[in-house]
Amino acid sequence: MIAELIAAFLKIVLVLGTISLVVAYLTYLERKIIGHIQMRMGPMRVGWHGLLQPIADGLKLFLKEDIIPSKADKIVFVIAPIMVLVPAFVVYSVLPFDENFYITQVNVGLFLVLAVSSLGVFGIVMAGWASNSKYSLLGAFRSAAQMLSYEIFLGFSLIGPLMLAGSLNFQNIVKAQSDVWFVFYQPLAFIVFFIAALAETNRIPFDLPEAETELVAGFHTEYSGMKFAFFFLAEYANIMAVSTVCIAVFFGGWGGIDAIPLPGIVWYLLKMAVLIFVFIWIRATLPRYRYDQLMRVGWKFMFPLAILNIFVTGLVKFLFL
Amino acid sequence: MELLFFYLFAAGIIGASLLVVTRSNVIHAALLLVLTFFFMSGVFVLAGAEFLAVVQVLLYAGGIMVLYLFSIMLMNAEVSVRLRQFHRQSFFTIVVSLILAAEIWWKVLGGGAAYPAFKGFSWTLGTTPGNVEALGSILYTKYLFPFEVASILLLAAMIGAIVLAKRTIDR
Amino acid sequence: MVPLSHYLALGAVVFVIGAAGVLMRRNAIIILMSIELMLNAVNITLVGFSRQWGDLTGQVLAIFVITVAAAEAAVGLAILISLNRDRSVLNVDEVNLLKW
Repeated sequence: MIAELIAAFLKIVLVLGTISLVVAYLTYLERKIIGHIQMRMGPMRVGWHGLLQPIADGLKLFLKEDIIPSKADKIVFVIAPIMVLVPAFVVYSVLPFDENFYITQVNVGLFLVLAVSSLGVFGIVMAGWASNSKYSLLGAFRSAAQMLSYEIFLGFSLIGPLMLAGSLNFQNIVKAQSDVWFVFYQPLAFIVFFIAALAETNRIPFDLPEAETELVAGFHTEYSGMKFAFFFLAEYANIMAVSTVCIAVFFGGWGGIDAIPLPGIVWYLLKMAVLIFVFIWIRATLPRYRYDQLMRVGWKFMFPLAILNIFVTGLVKFLFL
Repeated sequence: MELLFFYLFAAGIIGASLLVVTRSNVIHAALLLVLTFFFMSGVFVLAGAEFLAVVQVLLYAGGIMVLYLFSIMLMNAEVSVRLRQFHRQSFFTIVVSLILAAEIWWKVLGGGAAYPAFKGFSWTLGTTPGNVEALGSILYTKYLFPFEVASILLLAAMIGAIVLAKRTIDR
Repeated sequence: MVPLSHYLALGAVVFVIGAAGVLMRRNAIIILMSIELMLNAVNITLVGFSRQWGDLTGQVLAIFVITVAAAEAAVGLAILISLNRDRSVLNVDEVNLLKW
């Protein structure tokens, strides 16, 4: 009992520590990749090719004055960044990293991930409302509408692969893909999932909640110092979580090509690296959607597509399997 | 251990729900209601209803309560903080509630009502053919008709909500 | 091992809190939230009984209760929004046009 507890605790510390560190370096990676795509060098000053930049940034944020606006609702204002960060990290408790390396394994795994990640929107709405600023409130409004609608497509796009796997447990979903990855059976679901994931993580082209050019910084306009860093950390932690779900459901999790014997965790990290590169690549390439376009794309294009995918999957499964 | 967690969750539910019905700030009340739903989801896990626990978080906390927050902000409901919060008949309300509580206590808990002996489920929590599979199969066989009726109800509510909240533009 | 009476007691207490909220408060949104509390109290009772009997019917019923709660929230909030737009009131005792 005690040994189990200690082992679980160590695993949690390991996963959380790694994620916090990787998240810090994701910001560096993002700036560097976007810099090179735009024919710049990106951060170069701190350390060799700017490698120490995230640490300098972290120190700067840590030492900055923590401003709470005088007209803000103080309690909600303080809780909001925590409410964003906690769901982003709780999700990792059920995500699969390797066949034998996961924090815990629950029967409703995928469903739990969807449920917990849907809570992030509370932090954003709370932040927007508590700041008592019009830009924050507008950002929060947009974010609530956007995340609420794209959550639906995210869930619906996952139903197709789930029907093939026949389980909500991540381990079983990955094991069901030992022959063929679901992305080949479910290309439509993958497209819908990926677009919805971009919208859920508030990335370009769906970064309306924090559209810099119109809303200053959206819902976190009034935040500074560590509280601002929390929103930042949560965004990147969410990107990694969504990539992990994508890998587990569409790209066979830790499974790789049999000809190249590599441990599962290496395959997982490779896939993760590719997906995160794609995320950053999209940010460097695409412009932002307008709000009405965002809603039109969601409800008139992606929603029917997701429903169609479920229908076709069900029909094929009923007729041939 | 299980009992300890139950008491923890129960204390959370009761405390948070008491705050929900007494706060003057609507947004605070809504956020506390979310907290109540979290604790309830914990109680559901203890009772072996893990699917229901996740549905509680996904639908109640992640869906319905966001709708509430959204509408509160749309209606600019924070101004009502300065108004009188309770009816003038509050005294009678408390009396009626106490009577209701006594009634439930006497009828449901006391009075030597006979409850069935504990049977429990055939599966245990967290095992793979478990709660989700069992619930799915019973929902789509024995309770298929009520399930369809519920979906019609949701559709009707959706159309009703759109018709009611839509701004009519006079030309 | 939590006995059934604990679930029932918890359900009863939350139900009474919700009922008191519905009867006491003037703010219509809080009244809607109190109704949600009452529905959830019923869910606790249903889940407790479901575990006692080892029968999933209680949980199925709880899912239907959640469905009804979602429908109720959508329609109720729509009514409140249109009420707020037409008469800019949110307190239930000020909505008294139909009162004799």
